Amino acid sequence: MSAAAAAVDIRGVEKRFGAVHALRGVCLEVRPGEFFGLLGPNGAGKTTLISALGGLARPDAGSLAVMGHDVARDFRAARRAVGIVPQEIVFDPFFTVRETLRIQSGYFGLRRNEAWIDELLERLALASKAEANMRSLSGGMKRRVMVAQALVHRPPVIVLDEPTAGVDVELRQTLWQFIRGLNAAGHTIVLTTHYLEEAQQLCSRIAMMKDGRIVAMDSVANLLAAFSERVLRVKLEGGALPAALATNATRGEAGYWRIPVEDMAQVETVLARLREAGATLSGLEVSEPDLEEVFLHIMRRPGQELRGP
Amino acid sequence: MTGFPTLLYKEVLRFWKVSFQTVAAPVLSALLYLLVFAHALASHVQVFPGVSYVQFLIPGLAMMAMLQNAFANSSSSIIQSKITGNIVFILLPPMAPVEIFAAYLVAAMVRGLVVGLGVFAATLWLIPIPVAKPLWAIGFAVVGSGMLGVLGIVAGIWSEKFDQLAAFQNFLVMPLTFLAGVFYSVHSLPPFWRGLSRLNPFFYAIDGFRYGFFAQSDVSPWASLAFATATFAALSLLTLQLLRRGYKLRH
Repeated sequence: MSAAAAAVDIRGVEKRFGAVHALRGVCLEVRPGEFFGLLGPNGAGKTTLISALGGLARPDAGSLAVMGHDVARDFRAARRAVGIVPQEIVFDPFFTVRETLRIQSGYFGLRRNEAWIDELLERLALASKAEANMRSLSGGMKRRVMVAQALVHRPPVIVLDEPTAGVDVELRQTLWQFIRGLNAAGHTIVLTTHYLEEAQQLCSRIAMMKDGRIVAMDSVANLLAAFSERVLRVKLEGGALPAALATNATRGEAGYWRIPVEDMAQVETVLARLREAGATLSGLEVSEPDLEEVFLHIMRRPGQELRGP
Repeated sequence: MTGFPTLLYKEVLRFWKVSFQTVAAPVLSALLYLLVFAHALASHVQVFPGVSYVQFLIPGLAMMAMLQNAFANSSSSIIQSKITGNIVFILLPPMAPVEIFAAYLVAAMVRGLVVGLGVFAATLWLIPIPVAKPLWAIGFAVVGSGMLGVLGIVAGIWSEKFDQLAAFQNFLVMPLTFLAGVFYSVHSLPPFWRGLSRLNPFFYAIDGFRYGFFAQSDVSPWASLAFATATFAALSLLTLQLLRRGYKLRH
């Protein structure tokens, strides 16, 4: 492997569980330092792919590597390089938060990790619960402990599988602030989420999965440019749409006209034309391009494989 | 070895934190067996010359408790981790299959030996027994709890529900320990049952362990050691193979 190895390199991974073809030749490369989003509906294969990356699932074909280390042949180095936060909330009820983190450090051969454990507790707002038993924590706190557990060995690659599912707003903010800080410090982040707004705000590049395949992969900017648009919606009080505008416009819901616009200057132009035509507006809104639209567009497309540049 | 010492520590801490249930309770039930059987049978049975029935019972009961608790430790820990899902915290770190195997095995042996010592500690001041060949006793205690510790790992990996583990425990481990000559000498059995008992690896653990105390046994201690060690080794190889393949753990 070259010095500039991909943070995550997935090649032609196939996985079947009995009759279910969970992964159908998945290829994916995440570059070091990226904030990468993996999106897709339930059952698309995201969690299976993450499991394979962590050695929890064994692919039938293909290979996976983390920081240049093959997850099967060089499993020790690969597992040291990645920290995975599983989707389900799981914990060991026998131990306190601090014991849990000490034990997790020990599994990685780290005997004196107290300073980093303290920092993790502090930054994830768990310091006051350090000596509490895992059983006594709320779901959100257990989730934070799981994030800390995935980070005890300071992995260069951090994988979060729907970390904010069912988590309150405050924790979500704390968590993203923390993860963004780690990304700024050079950690590669791979995130799966159902909150497309979050993905749009956080990720620089995104892959979308459907039925075990990657169906789109590109930078967020390119995806938005290709599949979503800025739209001006207007509702007129009587009167028809001026002919100059009608060519581009389509009928939207609740009597609104939907007029795609390039930028804000074009919004001005459209409004000026409406004024010239003597139209009176009873409703007006401008919607920015959003990932949800891209997602729905891509997911509704008949299932052929498409790869971004 | 990266994670072995910690996983071993965690596994020992796990049962130690609930030692009322994992150590005190089995010691108490061994004492209850002793009390009941000694009262019912002491005047009717003498198995070895010069050894009272109560004395004869103690090493057998101690070994039975060691076997059952070594099994219980590894099997219940693994199935609980599997069912609650926290097994991922053991599967994600860079631990080799042999490290995971050794940690669960040694922790199970520690539990077995602690319970065995507990049984002796609780009975010795009431009923003193000789320790004629201490090395034999220690050797069989180690091999016996090791054998069942490994069997517990297999059962924990194989079972998908508590019900299946309970079946393994109640229909295999319990009958085999009860019928391994804890309460009687297999010499007192009809030939058919005597022959059958000799196929039971637990019998050799108990018979050899008893030899360590009374220097008397149903079969030669060397034969017992060979049989028990071979079983231990075979089960260990099988279990390591299951762990390497990720059987029911890495899908």
